[in-house]
Amino acid sequence: MIAVSPATSEQARSAARSTAWRSLRIELWNLVLIPVALLMIVPIFWMFDSSLKTTLQQFAFPPVLLPQPVFVQNYIDGTGALPFGLYTLNTIFLTGASTLGLCLSSSIVGYGFARLRFPGKGVLFTVCLSTLMLPSTVLLIPSFVIFRWLGWVGTFLPLIVPNYFGGAFSIFLFRQFLLGVPRELDEAARVDGAGSFRIWWQIIMPNATPAIAAVGIFSLIDNWNAFLGPLIYLNTETQGVIAVALNLFAGRYGALYTGQLMALSSLALIPVLILFFFAQRYFMQGIAISGFGGR
Amino acid sequence: MSTKQTVARRRSRLLWKEYRDGYLCILPWIIGFIAFVAGPMIFSLVMVFTHWDILNPPSFIGFGNFATLFQDPLFWVTLYNTVFVTVISVPLYTLFALLLAVLADLPTRWQAVYRVAFFIPSQTPTVASALLWSWIYNPQYGIANAVLRFLHLPALNWLFDPNLAKPSLIIIGMWGVGATMVIFLAGLQGIPQEIYNAASVDGANLWHRFTAITLPLLSPVILFNIIIGIIGAFQSGFSIVYVWTSLGQGPDNSILLYVLYLYDNAFQYFKMGYASLLAWVLFLIVLLVTGVNFLVSKSWVYYEYGGAEK
Repeated sequence: MIAVSPATSEQARSAARSTAWRSLRIELWNLVLIPVALLMIVPIFWMFDSSLKTTLQQFAFPPVLLPQPVFVQNYIDGTGALPFGLYTLNTIFLTGASTLGLCLSSSIVGYGFARLRFPGKGVLFTVCLSTLMLPSTVLLIPSFVIFRWLGWVGTFLPLIVPNYFGGAFSIFLFRQFLLGVPRELDEAARVDGAGSFRIWWQIIMPNATPAIAAVGIFSLIDNWNAFLGPLIYLNTETQGVIAVALNLFAGRYGALYTGQLMALSSLALIPVLILFFFAQRYFMQGIAISGFGGR
Repeated sequence: MSTKQTVARRRSRLLWKEYRDGYLCILPWIIGFIAFVAGPMIFSLVMVFTHWDILNPPSFIGFGNFATLFQDPLFWVTLYNTVFVTVISVPLYTLFALLLAVLADLPTRWQAVYRVAFFIPSQTPTVASALLWSWIYNPQYGIANAVLRFLHLPALNWLFDPNLAKPSLIIIGMWGVGATMVIFLAGLQGIPQEIYNAASVDGANLWHRFTAITLPLLSPVILFNIIIGIIGAFQSGFSIVYVWTSLGQGPDNSILLYVLYLYDNAFQYFKMGYASLLAWVLFLIVLLVTGVNFLVSKSWVYYEYGGAEK
């Protein structure tokens, strides 16, 4: 605080030394970080590794570290054992249709909560948020019964349609994001005579891409990995999705075909990895928007 | 006079229009809430008092399901298993996720790589990770025992040992704490750097800064993760345990979790009424625990930063 030091060059030198020391000290943390990171990655490495081994290497004792030769046949045999092409298309359809609905409906509801005034808004928003804490298990049975009445069991509808009515977390995310978008944008459009829905579609949506991306990515991954819903509602033979098919394969062929099982598991993971690498920043952004440290 | 009236009328018309638009915008959610949340909840509350195999009309049996519940040994076993997993896993996961977040927040050279490594396991499709881990835990050929043998430790029976099956399940959850870590990471980044700088000037070391700044300022996020973690843990494990038990792992109902038993009752035995009661018991337990959590949180959660906006 009080200026005591005489020579400025001396000061600069010691400051530089302390910065160098600090960055060195931080790099020392790599000694902790590297083992932890390895520990987290090893199982995934092991999955890909096992998917490329022959049965002989698979059950070698002690375990072989790297496959030799690289046995790609597991992928061919594994995907040939069940109609995986159909299952993949089913999963893509289900995932795409659900995500589209969730983004559209949650954005318009989020827009309503963030921008428009109407009586009871606060109470309704609180109700919306509190459903986040509702254990979804409670809804499992009555929803099934209702969908059965509607004749929807054995179709994709029970898994897709609810997404067109907004999800509490996605609505919350859109609302939080829109609170940070300048109001001048839509007010200018309103002065020009645009209605609320045109403003939503032409002003809000183009300016909400980070929120759309975040909601979209969360939804894509959730639906891609979904197991319980498809298990209950879909006919496994013709409407199977990847997660259910994996379980089917494991039950039918069991541990003997570990290589193929790991090949199929790897195939289920690869799209998620690709999505993650292309859209990495939106994961963080999505969570930051939701209000934790987004200030 | 007339202009004043027209202005007032126009303004009220605009306001009405905004109200109408507002309700129209949130209409999808209102319909969804009634059709997919509130309606089913009320409906399932009625089902609690019935015996219903879904094929024949339901019959009203009063508190019959409650009597069954208390005498049902599997209800108690699955409740015990679930509470066991919850009590161990929630503190463990929260701590581990916080630790990973603090590590991933260090400005090291490979920060981005570490973040990916910590996060990716949590995004692995659950069924794939169930199959992967059942291979890792394989008593003869699995990598888990290979590591133990390498360290000259006795090999374990993992999923085939009723005492180890639950810990094995908890380990997978630990591997998948990446999503929780990201929430902590976002929270850490919301703490103003100036506070740390000021503390450093005052001579606070790393540990001091962590306990005196990071923990209190992060406490709303910790509470959030604990609450969401508990709600999740009570319903957790369906996919993994479903896959494992269908492969004959997890002996003596050691990993038969509550949601699985609920699923079995509803969709295997078609006891819709009884399964609804199981669902409501779970709901009430979660509600109670969450309520207690909020009450207790007043003594340890610090709302100077963070919570104010909500």
